[in-house]
Amino acid sequence: MTLHSGRGFAAINYPIGMNLGGDPSQALVHSTPDGKFKVALSAIDLGQGMKSVTRQIAAEALGVPIEDVYVDTADSDTGPHDMGSFASRGTHRMGNAVIRAAAEARTQMLEAAAEELEVNASDLTTDGRGNIHVKGAPSRSITVEETAQAAQFRQGRTLSGRGIFLVPMSDVDPETGEMTPVSCFAHAALVVDLTVDDETGEVEVTQINSAYEVGRALNPKLVEQQLIGGAWMGVSHALYETTEPNYPDRTHGPEDFNQYLQPGPGDAVPHHISILERPAPDAPYGGKGPGEMCANPVLPAIANAVYNAVGVRCDSLPITPEKVLRGLRANGGARPQGRL
Amino acid sequence: MKTPVTFTLNGADAAAFADPGQNLLDVLRRGVGDLSPKYGCGQGTCGTCTVLIDGEPHLSCLVLAETVQGRAVETAGGMANGPDLHALQTAFVEGFAAQCGYCTPGMLMAAKALLDRNPSPTRDEVIEAISGNLCRCTGYEPIVEAILTAARAPRNSVGSTV
Amino acid sequence: MPVEFRKDLFADERDDNLAEIGKPHIRQDILGHVTGRSPFYDDHLFDGLLHMRCVRSPHHHSRVRSVDTSAAERVPGVVRLIRPQDVPVNLNTLLALLNFGRDDEPLLTPDRCAYKGEPIIAIIATSERAARDAVAQVKVDWEELPFVLDVEEALKPEAPMVNETYPNNTFDYHDRYDHQKLRFGDVEAGFAQADHIVEGEYQMSPIEQAPMETCGAIAAPETNDRFVCYTSTQALFFSVAVAAKQTALPSSRLHFIGGTVGGGFGGKVDSHHEPLAILGAMLTGRPVKYQWDRAEEMQVGAPRGAERWRIKDGVMRDGRIVAREFTGFFDAGAYTRLSSYAVQKCTGHIPGPYTIPNIASNVYCVFTNRTPSTAMRGFGITGVDFAIECHMDKVAEQVAMDPIELRILNAYRDGDMKAHRRSAKNCALIECCQVVAEKSGWALSADARAASSLRGGGVDWRAEIPETLTDQGGQIGERKRRALAPEPFAGVSQRHTVAAGSANEHPATGNAPQREDMVIEAERLGFKVSTGVPVSSAPIAPPTPPGVPVPYPNNARPPEQPDRDASTGPGLPPAARSAEPLLPRETVPQRPVAPPPAAVTPPPSPSQPTSADQAPGGPRPPRRPGVSRFISGPRGRR
Repeated sequence: MTLHSGRGFAAINYPIGMNLGGDPSQALVHSTPDGKFKVALSAIDLGQGMKSVTRQIAAEALGVPIEDVYVDTADSDTGPHDMGSFASRGTHRMGNAVIRAAAEARTQMLEAAAEELEVNASDLTTDGRGNIHVKGAPSRSITVEETAQAAQFRQGRTLSGRGIFLVPMSDVDPETGEMTPVSCFAHAALVVDLTVDDETGEVEVTQINSAYEVGRALNPKLVEQQLIGGAWMGVSHALYETTEPNYPDRTHGPEDFNQYLQPGPGDAVPHHISILERPAPDAPYGGKGPGEMCANPVLPAIANAVYNAVGVRCDSLPITPEKVLRGLRANGGARPQGRL
Repeated sequence: MKTPVTFTLNGADAAAFADPGQNLLDVLRRGVGDLSPKYGCGQGTCGTCTVLIDGEPHLSCLVLAETVQGRAVETAGGMANGPDLHALQTAFVEGFAAQCGYCTPGMLMAAKALLDRNPSPTRDEVIEAISGNLCRCTGYEPIVEAILTAARAPRNSVGSTV
Repeated sequence: MPVEFRKDLFADERDDNLAEIGKPHIRQDILGHVTGRSPFYDDHLFDGLLHMRCVRSPHHHSRVRSVDTSAAERVPGVVRLIRPQDVPVNLNTLLALLNFGRDDEPLLTPDRCAYKGEPIIAIIATSERAARDAVAQVKVDWEELPFVLDVEEALKPEAPMVNETYPNNTFDYHDRYDHQKLRFGDVEAGFAQADHIVEGEYQMSPIEQAPMETCGAIAAPETNDRFVCYTSTQALFFSVAVAAKQTALPSSRLHFIGGTVGGGFGGKVDSHHEPLAILGAMLTGRPVKYQWDRAEEMQVGAPRGAERWRIKDGVMRDGRIVAREFTGFFDAGAYTRLSSYAVQKCTGHIPGPYTIPNIASNVYCVFTNRTPSTAMRGFGITGVDFAIECHMDKVAEQVAMDPIELRILNAYRDGDMKAHRRSAKNCALIECCQVVAEKSGWALSADARAASSLRGGGVDWRAEIPETLTDQGGQIGERKRRALAPEPFAGVSQRHTVAAGSANEHPATGNAPQREDMVIEAERLGFKVSTGVPVSSAPIAPPTPPGVPVPYPNNARPPEQPDRDASTGPGLPPAARSAEPLLPRETVPQRPVAPPPAAVTPPPSPSQPTSADQAPGGPRPPRRPGVSRFISGPRGRR
């Protein structure tokens, strides 16, 4: 038995949002009398952090501390329409809707504060710590709480906002495929190091180095969660997962986690991540959804690394020990490719 | 014919009537109202329903409810001491060791069983302890790190407040 | 696992002085997660909760001759059976919401079952166990029918029909073709010009989303004559719309609560649980839970579909790819779900993040007798990216070039024209390649290290839409009449030409008209406006004047021209090109360009386009307001 080391590369880009638009998201923002803000959505948090990232976006756009914002989702009686959490559209579409709703609420907040301070609203700004003050004169200020109380109980004014973000539906040309697909792309490039056992055909990924371009990491820890978990899923897709191991034949389909294989905690691969941020012009604070694309480059990078290690092209997923062994047999043994 | 079962749940007396063949997961969730253990497979292959029985981790979907008569059951729902989080919970919060959160209660129970009997586990011991608990979101690494962080925390420390 | 932020890159496009954005705040939902109190759909208790399970077809393709439910109805605890005739609107397609495609899938199938696991009857009982026992007691007389499981077998004239709504086993695109075309430039001229042809075939397996929480919904009668539905859906209003349609209830009588979901990864969009649970609550007057067990999740729940891809590249010996052709098959399984959409998403993604002057693809949404497939993380892209990136390595080997340098050489850059006729912007592939090479100790040439997404793109041919060759092969039903290869231009002798520069003037993407009161001050959005990054996007390239000559791709430029030319990206050092491939040549199939097949006149088709449609680059039919041009069925434009 020999362990052969291999190294493989892949690079990808990934379209953010429903490809051809027509997928609106709405958001509503309103304040309580003590100057805290509720964001009502019908977006879904599947673990990607929808509640958390929209909370940060709302706080940033309103100009108030994050502790003063709470996101309530998803109740169809209170949360306005949203297409859903898929196609990496959540942060992009809903984030933009939240910015717009927050912008409207902020405008009203500044107008209410202006009335109390007897200045023009356009001369006011927020300090992000719960105060509104005259630009350049921080001492001429009023708290957001006092502003909300004044609006609610003296001015008869709401501090609320509505937001919608819609990429209008576009069309595809039947003859040329001309279309206006998504408006921003995330990027990734990834190097996988692995070993292939030429006796068992087993592949063990030993290290991943990656560079992910995400527009802007709106919350760096949430992005990190996605990238680590997504790369793990990429390894799993490349080496283990299938509902039909004999595709297109349907026999031996797994029905439980004893048959449906995934890497466990002992198989975690050291993963060194670099995050690049080229903000997308139409994305909220430039942030692109990193959730889907992070798994994609891992699959071909592993296939390329297996070839680099033993000279077997596995063009069919998953790359099982059986496929590797069959390839080794067809080649008359391992043919390490070295590095160019 | 229903069978009465009495046991302690997170230190308090609990009682339920179990149907023949009814598993502990179902009795805890529907009979007692502790919703913290989750249904993930019903086959003992995913670990989301992990609870402690007399301090040992068990897959509650495979435990006949009647068999916990007179025993001590612990769930993630009872980990916090009033408003104070358990060190493991704090480490999961601060270490971003949960995404969708569905595997988290079972993961915490498996980790607690480990730390209760081995307060200073090695990385390999942590991995072994949670190897029956699947997570589809995190890639496991943040969970392993969080458990190691909790183990390094001062004994009997309390974490942040709920 | 250290994470490094390369704040140095693109720093002049970002304002990093934001108060909350960019901060590692803990998750809003995390305390619920660690205390076990996050309210997932199943974490709501109801007195008298009923449980639902389905009777399912055990065959790939079958017909229900008769059903005997008498024994099942006598199982203690059984409350009610739901049969196909109990479903007010039994036929639906998921993208009806976007007016895309025709209703093709029953909630409960009355007669012909097109996949193993297709539900025909739902049984509601007082316990899950009683529901399971009753399902086992239903006696169905099944007539097994011929089936097809392979996507290319399904395209053959003799293949059994899978889906009555699409009797040719392919989704109908534009009322015209059995696939979605992409045509840009002239791939055949590109292949003729190329030094090497590199071909490959790639196969993606079906993959289960496998969220730790299985799919499900609980519905219960609410006060005020409404129904509440707790659901694991990934798309609340998608599910509201589907449930309202199939139960024939106005959506005002539905109250959906979700948003806290135990993982989805695409597998919780299909909205089958909600209408069935609500129907159960309607018919019994009691709370009803419909929850998949793990086996159902794995084999009945729609997986990421299998995809088969063939790629053919024409490559110059210096590594420039001058032509790339795709033939792709999405295995939709028995019903459309979202596969039709994935085909178009994928077509917009082709040829990957590279600028290639001649591109063609035919992509098919094919019906087979297997579990319908649906979305999963990377939907429409993961499979083709696997194919493209494996193929890029084959190309690199063929021209004896470093794999990363090959990507950088061909990478798309700001201002480049993409195959779908829109300009690229905000590119960063090259920088990702450079960063990962550096951190993994992968040596790149000085030129590759100096390349940039910001430079070298959008000039000369790279910015322009070339004269494009089109064909009209693969009309709906054509394959039922004669065997026809699926590749672009296969089996059709007639070519049409779309003039260079031809593109519709679409409005900018990304922004619907924005009301004034929703506008935020530009300087608060975190962009550095001075660098020319637009704040409210208007990202479409200026229209290319018609008739602009396109010198390079269509053979006007000699292939031997040196590549140290700013407009073609980094010149690579001779060393990178001179190395011999390390593997015998035969491992990379090198086939000559196939001669065009004999001319066959396509038979007349009822969906024959109008002459205006056919005129290359000619006017398109007027768009009727309120009618989507996506509709490919009877409700569509005619």
